[in-house]
Amino acid sequence: MSQTAATTAIPQQSKAPTGLALFFYRMGKSFQTPTPYLTILGIFLWVFTWWLLCEGLRVDRFDKIPGPVAVSKDLFSTTPFQGVSIFTENYWNHIYVSCWRIAIAFSIATGIGVPLGLFMGWSRRIRDYAFPILETLRPIPILAWVPLSILMFPGFEAPVIFLATLASLFVTTLNTMLGVDSIDEAYFRAAGCLGSSNWDIFKNVVVPGALPFIFTGLQISIGVAWFSLVAAEMVSGDHGLGYLIVDSYMNNVTVPMVIGMITLGFVGWLTSVMVRMLGNWLMQWHVKALALQGR
Amino acid sequence: MATQKNRGALSIRNVTKIYDPEGVNVMAVDNCSMEIAAGEVCMIVGPSGCGKTTLLNAIAGFHSITHGEILLDGELLCGPGKPKADQGAERMVVFQHGALFPWMTLAQNVAYGPMVQRTMRKKAALEKARDMLAEAGLGDVTDKYPGEVSSGMSRRAEIVRALINDPKVLLLDEPYRAMDALTKSIMHESLLETYDRTKVTIFFITHDLEEAIFLGDKVHVVTTRPCQLKKTVTVDIPRPRTFETQSSEEFRVLMEEVNEAVHEEAIKAFQAGERELA
Repeated sequence: MSQTAATTAIPQQSKAPTGLALFFYRMGKSFQTPTPYLTILGIFLWVFTWWLLCEGLRVDRFDKIPGPVAVSKDLFSTTPFQGVSIFTENYWNHIYVSCWRIAIAFSIATGIGVPLGLFMGWSRRIRDYAFPILETLRPIPILAWVPLSILMFPGFEAPVIFLATLASLFVTTLNTMLGVDSIDEAYFRAAGCLGSSNWDIFKNVVVPGALPFIFTGLQISIGVAWFSLVAAEMVSGDHGLGYLIVDSYMNNVTVPMVIGMITLGFVGWLTSVMVRMLGNWLMQWHVKALALQGR
Repeated sequence: MATQKNRGALSIRNVTKIYDPEGVNVMAVDNCSMEIAAGEVCMIVGPSGCGKTTLLNAIAGFHSITHGEILLDGELLCGPGKPKADQGAERMVVFQHGALFPWMTLAQNVAYGPMVQRTMRKKAALEKARDMLAEAGLGDVTDKYPGEVSSGMSRRAEIVRALINDPKVLLLDEPYRAMDALTKSIMHESLLETYDRTKVTIFFITHDLEEAIFLGDKVHVVTTRPCQLKKTVTVDIPRPRTFETQSSEEFRVLMEEVNEAVHEEAIKAFQAGERELA
C-alpha cells in the first residue's frame, strides 16, 4: 500500500465572513434556494390580480379603484394627474409627519412599557397593583379613546400621539411581563447561589432573560402603533398618511388614496425590520443559539 | 487552589419537609438524617421523585424545611426558628438542566460570581475565569455563548463557575442525566480529576448506580417518598479511579449491594405511581 486511507480535503476557509461580507454570503446562499423566486412570483401574482380586477377585466365596482398602472403612472410622474407622487413635496411631508409621530409614540411607549413590564414581572407586589388595571384598559378599542383624547389634549398633534402611544404601551408592557415570567427559575437560583444582590439579579437575569420577549413585543407594538396612528389621523389630523388616505377619499381622488396605503405598508414594514435588527444586534447569544438549531 | 480538607462537613439531622399543594399535605422528606464528612463525595441514590432534590434545595436555601436542622461545619444553615437557609456562594449548585446564563459567554458566566460578590474586579475576574476554563480543557471556547457549545462542555463550565467561588460544598442535582453514556464517562473522569485537585465536599444526587459507586466515597440509598435514609454503602475502592475500575470485581459486588436496596424502592415508587415534585 503506497497510500494510507484517502481523506477528502476540506477546502481551507481563510476566515469566517463577518459584517457586510457575511450579508453578501447569505444573500448568495439564499439565491440558491427557492425563497427569493417564490417571493417575487408571489408579488407578481398579487399585482397581476389587482390589475386584472381593476384595469384588465374592469369588474363591476372595481372599475372605480385605480389599478397598478394608474397608480404607478402617478407615483413616478413629475406632474401627477391627481396631485401626489414621489416628486411632490407633500408626499414626503405626509410620510415625515407620520414617522415623527410614530417615533415619539413608540419611544414613550417603550420607555414606560419596558420598565413597567419588567417590574411587574419581577415584583409580585407591583403586579398586584398594576395588572388588573392594565387588563381592564387593554380590551378597550383604541378608537373608543378618540373622543376622550380630543377632550384631554389640545390641538391636532397630542391626541394622535396619545392614541398611538396607548396602543403600543399595552403590547409592550404585557410582552415584557410575560418575558420575565418565561425566565427559567434555575437562573434566579443560580444567580442567588453566586451571591447576587437583588439589583444584580435584575440587571443580569431579569433584563437579558426577558429581552427576546421584549423584542417580539416591540415588533408587534410598532405595528399596533402604526395601526392606531392611522386610525387617529383619519379621525383627527391635519397631516400624515392616514390623513392623506381619508382626505383623498373625501375629495374623490382615489390614486393618492392607494398611494398612501402602499406607502404605509412599506414604511410600516421598514420600521418593523429596524426593530428586529436592533434586537438581533443586542441579542447575539440568542441569534447564535437559534442559528445552530438551524433556524 | 488552596483548599483545606477540614471544611465542608454537612450534618442533616431529622429533617422533615411537608409540602402543602392545594390543601393536601404531602410529605417529601421524613425524619431524614445523614452525616457528610469534610471533603467527602457523598452520592444520594433513590427513585425518581423521592424527595432527594427537596433535600438539596433545603441545603442550598431554595426551600424551607418543616422540622429538623441542617448544619455546615457546625454552623446552623436552617433549623428551628430559621426554616430557610440563606443562599450563599459557600454552597454552589450545579443544576439538572444546566443554568449557565445563555446571554453571557462562558468566561463571563464564570467571572460572574467573584464580580457580584465584589471579591474581584471585572478584569481580574475574567482573567481568572479564562485561566480556570483553560485548565478544564475549555480554553478554546471561553468567548462562546453556552448555546454554541456541547452540553458536556457547558456542564463542565458550570462546574468551573461554581469552583471559582471556592465553595465548601458542591451540590449536584443529576447533572449528567440527559447525557449519553460516552459523554457521561468523560464527565465523570473530569469531575474526579477536579475533586482530586480541590477536595471539595460533593453532594451528588443521581439514580444511576454505576455513577454513584464510581464517583462516591459513600452511597446513601434513600427510600421512595417520603425520603428517608435506607442504607449507606461505603465505597472503599482507592482513588484515583479510572474507567477500568468499573469492570473490577469489587465494583460488581458493590453494585449488587446497592442495586438490591434501590430496586425494592423503585418497585414501591412505581406502584405508588407518584409524579415528581419540584
